[in-house]
Amino acid sequence: MIFSFDLLINAVLSGILIGGFYAAVTAGVSLSFGILDIVNIAHPAFIILGSYVAYIVNTTLGVDPILTAVIMLPAFYVLGTGIYQVYYVSFEKRGQESLRGLAFFFGLLFITEVSLVLYFGVDYRYVEASYIGPTWHFGTIDMPLRILVPCVVSLLLIAVLQLVLSKTFIGRAIMAVAQDQLALRLMAVDPIRIKRIAFGISIATASLAGAFLIIIQPVEPSVGRDYIGRVFAICVLGGMSSLPGTVIAAMMIGIVESLTATFYGPSWAPAVSFGFLLLTLAVRPAGLLGR
Amino acid sequence: MRTPLFLAICLAVAAAVYAAAVGVGNDYVFFAGYVILQYIVLSTAWNILGGYCGYVNFGSAAFFALGAYSTVATYKLIETQELPHVVPLPVLMLIGGVVSGIVGFGMGYLTLRLRGAFFAIATLALAVVLQTLIVNWDFVGGSRGAYVLRPEDLPLIGPYIRYLFLVMLLLAVAALVIARLIERSRLGYGFATIRDDELAAEASGVPTLRLKLIATTISGALMGMAGAPFPYYIGYLQPASTFGLDYAVNSIAMPLIGGTTSWVGPLIGTILLGSLQQIVTVTISSAVNLLVVGVILVAFVILAPNGIIGLVHHYWQRKPEDFVGRRHVETDAPGAVP
Amino acid sequence: MTVTGRLLEVDNLSKRFGGFVALENISLSVAPGERLGLIGPNGSGKSTLVNCICGTLHNEAGTVRFDGRTVDGLAAHQRTHLGLARSFQLPRPFVSLNLIDNIRIPLLYTVAVRGKHHGADEVEARCVDLLREVGLDAKATRLPRDLTQVEMRKLELARAMAAEPKLLIADEAMAGLTHSEVEDILALLVRLNEQGVTVILIEHIMRAVMSFSLRLVVLVSGRKIADGDPNEVMRDPEVERAYLGQ
Repeated sequence: MIFSFDLLINAVLSGILIGGFYAAVTAGVSLSFGILDIVNIAHPAFIILGSYVAYIVNTTLGVDPILTAVIMLPAFYVLGTGIYQVYYVSFEKRGQESLRGLAFFFGLLFITEVSLVLYFGVDYRYVEASYIGPTWHFGTIDMPLRILVPCVVSLLLIAVLQLVLSKTFIGRAIMAVAQDQLALRLMAVDPIRIKRIAFGISIATASLAGAFLIIIQPVEPSVGRDYIGRVFAICVLGGMSSLPGTVIAAMMIGIVESLTATFYGPSWAPAVSFGFLLLTLAVRPAGLLGR
Repeated sequence: MRTPLFLAICLAVAAAVYAAAVGVGNDYVFFAGYVILQYIVLSTAWNILGGYCGYVNFGSAAFFALGAYSTVATYKLIETQELPHVVPLPVLMLIGGVVSGIVGFGMGYLTLRLRGAFFAIATLALAVVLQTLIVNWDFVGGSRGAYVLRPEDLPLIGPYIRYLFLVMLLLAVAALVIARLIERSRLGYGFATIRDDELAAEASGVPTLRLKLIATTISGALMGMAGAPFPYYIGYLQPASTFGLDYAVNSIAMPLIGGTTSWVGPLIGTILLGSLQQIVTVTISSAVNLLVVGVILVAFVILAPNGIIGLVHHYWQRKPEDFVGRRHVETDAPGAVP
Repeated sequence: MTVTGRLLEVDNLSKRFGGFVALENISLSVAPGERLGLIGPNGSGKSTLVNCICGTLHNEAGTVRFDGRTVDGLAAHQRTHLGLARSFQLPRPFVSLNLIDNIRIPLLYTVAVRGKHHGADEVEARCVDLLREVGLDAKATRLPRDLTQVEMRKLELARAMAAEPKLLIADEAMAGLTHSEVEDILALLVRLNEQGVTVILIEHIMRAVMSFSLRLVVLVSGRKIADGDPNEVMRDPEVERAYLGQ
């Protein structure tokens, strides 16, 4: 295989763009795992759910997927709060979150994926939008719009989230609940309510991430599984609860995956993020911008 | 009940099961039964690490597949020398067990210093890394898969599937005996302290890292042994299905549904859930089957966190110890199992 | 036994959590058979010090020597095997095991490792004896969740004693006890000491500390500010300031 500078540049750029998208995918997990300490391995399944919702609305009503996702944000938020409530009552309160909480989310992952298979089948689904298809060319550099647009909107989403977390009361309460629940209570804030809101937001991000996903690539129910490892790898690498860290880590992984796929073949790509994760966990569990 | 007596009873039950299967007269019983026996081993093995120690392994499929692929590798290696099937099945299982045991040990060493949740995620990552390695390893067929010829019928036993069934039956007995032995030994106490409070365990003198490594190694090795005969059973091995999430889900769901505190749990859970799955797959569809597993898992985890053992305890007001007898703890003589 | 005759030596031990300095250059030593009291306001680092000595936490600087050996690289369980035992300030019982089994763990994993082997019945009897010494034998077959907070502290102490230590660190074992219960635990610790066990008592109940300790160490904000005869230490103006404020 010929090493070409153009190939390298495009691989790196493509990695950066995809990385932006990965950051949006991971943002939800940074909230649920990084801040709330809830191992929601079903998060990718909710993303796929978001993809299919965008798909249905796009094929029946012709609405832009990202717009659909934004409209669906409240629905996903409610779903998130509902799931947290069940999780809290069944596990957190009883102190059994490690084994049974994990099994719970694992079960949810399964149920979601299989239900989608039963309803939609295993065919790949895709959406239509004006920016899927065209590619901008700058000399030898190619920027497919279907990746560029989600990347840009993803970064926007992260920026908004970061603002919310650092400037609003609820946002700061969410950051606080990770550190000191007692202090929150003393401020007459119910930590359970804060956690519920945070988890709701986490699942809401899945709605958007799902739309981005189906814009970037065709989707079928088991696509989510590739993202489980990616998402936790990026979350851990990025320092768990740091959103800027998440963006950097996401782009790093995106670049490495892209380079691997370009120069070694796509069949090796899944091993990259998961391998990174193992390495990080073994060597430096606190991540790059460690906690 | 002392272990030799327990072993004798298990073997007697196994003999009865085998005789009954032969009596049915339809080889389908052996095909379906093999799967259930395989899952008895997988869920018992999972429970040693997950139920006893509290460390959740999402990568059961990886250890199972390693066992299967080590058989394929051995088969291809020997086959080129024009001596098919010269390696007896028990030896293949031993190889599978050793390979998976070593990987279990290695994975443990890399990840057991981590908090429980990170360990679980690491196991998931490991499974995918291993799968990717296998997919890219053409010697064992890569993503195209590998065909493995099933050996000929055997004298006295008949169709090879019966031999597979018998071997898996014995492995299941071995797994249950090992699990029960661990449970009632000093090792079992150590595992329980790891599950309950690792810091306090260390402070009490329990070498937690060493015990966790023992657990991952034994668990991995058993899963590898369960996977070793699989190529002969299925004839055509493919990474996507061999590393499939169904193995991961089932090896977690069965102990959780049966009850994780004792060897009885995985056994009950497997028999119930396994049989249910066979029925659903045959009568409805395999996709619905997976949905059913997921729903039952979630329902049990929410409503009956201690599984069926816990439900029985609750309604019969008797302590689980009465069933599994922690009264007679075989404390170790010097030099025995740590 | 060390050349200097000290059972425990802590040299310039420091521990930080991120930017927060929990312990700064702590040095102290304990002679075999001594009864040392360790006091200080909440948050002064007493439990952190215990954690570093016992290996539960890793100190960035300084050395800990126990019974002549440097224990710095050793895991907590190895230090327990050497004879260092502690009770936790917030009780950490093994919740799925009954009381007898809770006590059994150190017997199985520490005492047995030292080469002393007992039959199953002997072990069981020893467990019940230890529970009796702290007044918990009536609840021997119950689970920790059936215990009151006070009873859980007693279980903590009994479990530490079960490891047959040379040095026992009792971290606020008496919190919440009644007057007579405090007397009972004190008597127990004195008995242990008479049998040769060195004891470090960390307490807020001043009369217990004063009556028990032969030497008193005071920790404030991660620093040792006093070390000596209990009565003299309590008269030290800096110690008075630490407890009564400026």
